Amino acid sequence: MAGRAATGGEVVGYRRDHDAVDPPYLHPDYVGTRLRAPTRALIPLRHTLSEVTGPVFGHERVGELDHDLTRQHAGEPLGERIILGGRVLDGDGRPVTGTLVEIWQANSAGRYLHEVDRHPAPIDPNFSGGGRCLTDDEGRYHFITIKPGAYPWRNHPNAWRAAHIHISLFGPAFATRLVTQMYFPGDPLFFQDPIFHSVREQRDRERLISQFDLDHTVPEWALAYRFDIVLRGRESTAMEH
Amino acid sequence: MTLRPTASQTVGPFFIIGLPHDALAELVPPDDPDAIRLGGVVLDGAGEPVDDALIEIWQASRAGRYAHPEDTREEIPLEDGFDGFGRCTTDPNGFYGFVTVKPGPVPAPEGGMQAPHIEMSVFARGLLKRLATRVYFPDETEANEADPVLSSIEDPAERSTLVAQPEDGGVRFDIHLQGDRQTTFFSV
Repeated sequence: MAGRAATGGEVVGYRRDHDAVDPPYLHPDYVGTRLRAPTRALIPLRHTLSEVTGPVFGHERVGELDHDLTRQHAGEPLGERIILGGRVLDGDGRPVTGTLVEIWQANSAGRYLHEVDRHPAPIDPNFSGGGRCLTDDEGRYHFITIKPGAYPWRNHPNAWRAAHIHISLFGPAFATRLVTQMYFPGDPLFFQDPIFHSVREQRDRERLISQFDLDHTVPEWALAYRFDIVLRGRESTAMEH
Repeated sequence: MTLRPTASQTVGPFFIIGLPHDALAELVPPDDPDAIRLGGVVLDGAGEPVDDALIEIWQASRAGRYAHPEDTREEIPLEDGFDGFGRCTTDPNGFYGFVTVKPGPVPAPEGGMQAPHIEMSVFARGLLKRLATRVYFPDETEANEADPVLSSIEDPAERSTLVAQPEDGGVRFDIHLQGDRQTTFFSV
C-alpha cells in the first residue's frame, strides 16, 4: 500500500469493469427507473485523490450486537433463523478488511418496518430488520438474522419481489461504494422480478444469489447461506510489473 | 486473478432501516464559525420531488486534507472530529440538507490543484446504481475555471449544473435526475 500513497496529485485509479456488470440506469420493466434514470450520458471521470479516498469507519460505528438481528428486542423474531456470511474481496481476490457492511430486509412475513410499506402482513415486534458489521482481517462478514419473506409490489400486475437482503458496502474509496441485494437459491420468483433481471448478464445475476452453506450451518439451531462480494479492483501500478 | 465485481442493485424505498443517518447530516456543529449549509431539492423527470432519496457526501477538510490513509500530505494536519463523510435523506418535499465546511483545494493528477469540491452520491428507489456528481462553489470563479474536471466539460450548461448557487448561510445544489436541466453525473 505504501507505494500507492499519494504525495501529490498522482493516484492509481480503480478499474472500470463494473460498467459491464452493473444494470443500466434505465430498465423500463422496472417502472421506477423511467422518471429517475438520467437521460444524458454520464461523463467518465478520471480518478483523482477525491475518488480514491473515501470514508473510514472504525469499531465505534458498530455495536456489539449490531450483526445479530435476532437479538435487538426482548424476544426472538419469528421465522427461519439463518446465518449469513461471506467474504468481501477486491477485483484481484484480495480481502477488503475493516470495511463497513450494512444490511436491511423485510421480516419473515415479507413486511418492512417502515411507514410506507403497506403490505398487509404482520409487523414482528421483535424484528427491526437492520444490521451492520465490519469485515475482519480476511474480509469476512457475518450476520445472524431470519430469512426474509417475499412481498408484493405494484410494478406490474401480480408483481412480487424475490426474497432478498439489501447490502451496502464502502470499500476503501469513493469509487468502490456499492449497494446491492442478495437473493436466495431456488426462489420461484426470479423470472418475474425486473430488479433481479436488470443485471444484463446471467453470470452476473447468478452471483447475486447466495449459496446454501452446509459447513456453516449450526446443528439444531440455524441454516447458513454464503454470499461473497467483489468490489472493484485497482488499476495496476508500474511497481507491480 | 481478476474477479468480476458484484452488480449494483437499487436501495429501494426502505433503506432507512439499514442506513442510519440521524447524526450524519452535520459534519461539523452548526455553531462552527466556518459552518455552511449545503442543500437543495431532488427532482425526477416529471419535475416532481423525490422524497425517498439518500444523499451521501465525501469531502476534504477545510484545509484540504482527506481523512484517509492515501492522503499522505502530513503537512496539512487532520482535523479532530471531522471524517469528511455525510449522509442524509430527502424530506417529503424532496429537500436534503447538510451542515459542513467548504473543503480546501486538493491536488490534481496533472499537477496543480482542483477547485474546492464535494463528492456526492445519490441513491433512490428507481436508481439501479448510485448517481455520482460533484458540488463546486460559486465564490471560486478562478479556481473553478482552472479545475481540470470542470474545464473538461465542453458544454457550459452541463458544466454550470455542478456549481452550487449562493444562498444565505451556505449553498444550494438542486439535483435534476433527468430532462433538459439534468445535473451532470459522472461515471466514476
